Amino acid sequence: MKYQDYYKILGVDRSADAATVKGAYRKLARKYHPDVSKEPNAEARFKEIAEAYKTLKDPTTRAAYDQLGSYQSGQDFQPPPDWRQRFGDGQFSFDDIDLADLFASVRGGSRRTRGAERGLAVPGQDFDVAVRIPLIDAYRGTEVNLDLAMPEYDAQGFVHRVPHAFTARIPKGATDGQRLRVPGKGGKGLNGGRAGDLFLAIEVEPHPLFRVSGHNLYLDLPLTPAEAILGTSVEVPTLGGPVMLKVPAGTYAGQQLRLARRGLPRPHEGEGDLYAIVQIAVPRVTSEQERALYQQLAERSTFNPRAHFT
Amino acid sequence: MKLRSAMDIMRVELTEVLWIDERHELSLRELAERSGLTEAELSELADSGVIAPVDPDRAPRHFRAECIVAAKTACRLRDDFELDAPGLTVALTLIERVRDLEEQLRELRAKAPRPVR
Repeated sequence: MKYQDYYKILGVDRSADAATVKGAYRKLARKYHPDVSKEPNAEARFKEIAEAYKTLKDPTTRAAYDQLGSYQSGQDFQPPPDWRQRFGDGQFSFDDIDLADLFASVRGGSRRTRGAERGLAVPGQDFDVAVRIPLIDAYRGTEVNLDLAMPEYDAQGFVHRVPHAFTARIPKGATDGQRLRVPGKGGKGLNGGRAGDLFLAIEVEPHPLFRVSGHNLYLDLPLTPAEAILGTSVEVPTLGGPVMLKVPAGTYAGQQLRLARRGLPRPHEGEGDLYAIVQIAVPRVTSEQERALYQQLAERSTFNPRAHFT
Repeated sequence: MKLRSAMDIMRVELTEVLWIDERHELSLRELAERSGLTEAELSELADSGVIAPVDPDRAPRHFRAECIVAAKTACRLRDDFELDAPGLTVALTLIERVRDLEEQLRELRAKAPRPVR
């Protein structure tokens, strides 16, 4: 088991009183809570902070923590021999748990373990895990391999980390930030209680070409001035393969040309759309002949895009 | 809970992942059980409009399955910030507003063309 210095995590001395510990926690919670923080790695940081506070705020668990001794953060350690007798069952194993699991047990368990002790059916916990997929997999659907080490309570209320491996099939059309449910793959129920669920929080990786909003996709479509003025047909990439797009004569910069049903599939039926956003591109280098032709056009044209300035 | 990279082992189980189906309904008791909030806390959140019952006139109250996400957020905030019911209502309302704004920003960014190189 690796040691974590809970006092250092909260930024307080080992002699800090309860009010100081609480104040330090509140300040850090505001900064790193995943529901409100945009700090990098906020979720992992907050998990450490919350565990440190849960242990140090209660006099019993704080005393148990202090009795472990003092080590370097990340150092492998074993609690002193008499610690097990004082704060845990003599048969308790430290081999497959971490410090957070240890103090979850010392805290005497939750409603779950107390219910289990009375022989009641207790449902398993739900868990959340983030799954990152490329946009093409969100479009097609995909399978992700999940190797999870889930905390499970035994009948005595002690927690162990149990490996679970399975493949989850993610349906097509999942969008960034969406949560999907894997039924029965959460924590084990006790006394015949139903297993909890696993919730997958989908993160869709940015794509070099397509931008996503809901189930619609957006793609920049550069055109030459001649193509925009005269109209043309251009090949446009989509997630389902390239398609030809008719560009009408007189197309202007910023115009959105809609390719119906070429966006992301919707969960139950239909698809979003793909919008090609027109940009007028000008060459940086032109030949003398091209410049001469542009000059003639400029002299003959009466088009004034700034007429509204006066 | 640790998410490790795929190991070279035989995977015998392929599990279907389900949408949190907005058409599936949960009773107050079921939502309390799934979220970690008490029925009283959920009732207060429903009364303040933070989570909406399927039919406000129907008793007992039922909620769409997607309410699980808001209810679990509320439970986290209650536990992590020691918030009472009025505090939870304000926090959840603000979080919802931030999410709406982030969604609008994502949409605007998606629609805004990048400079042509």
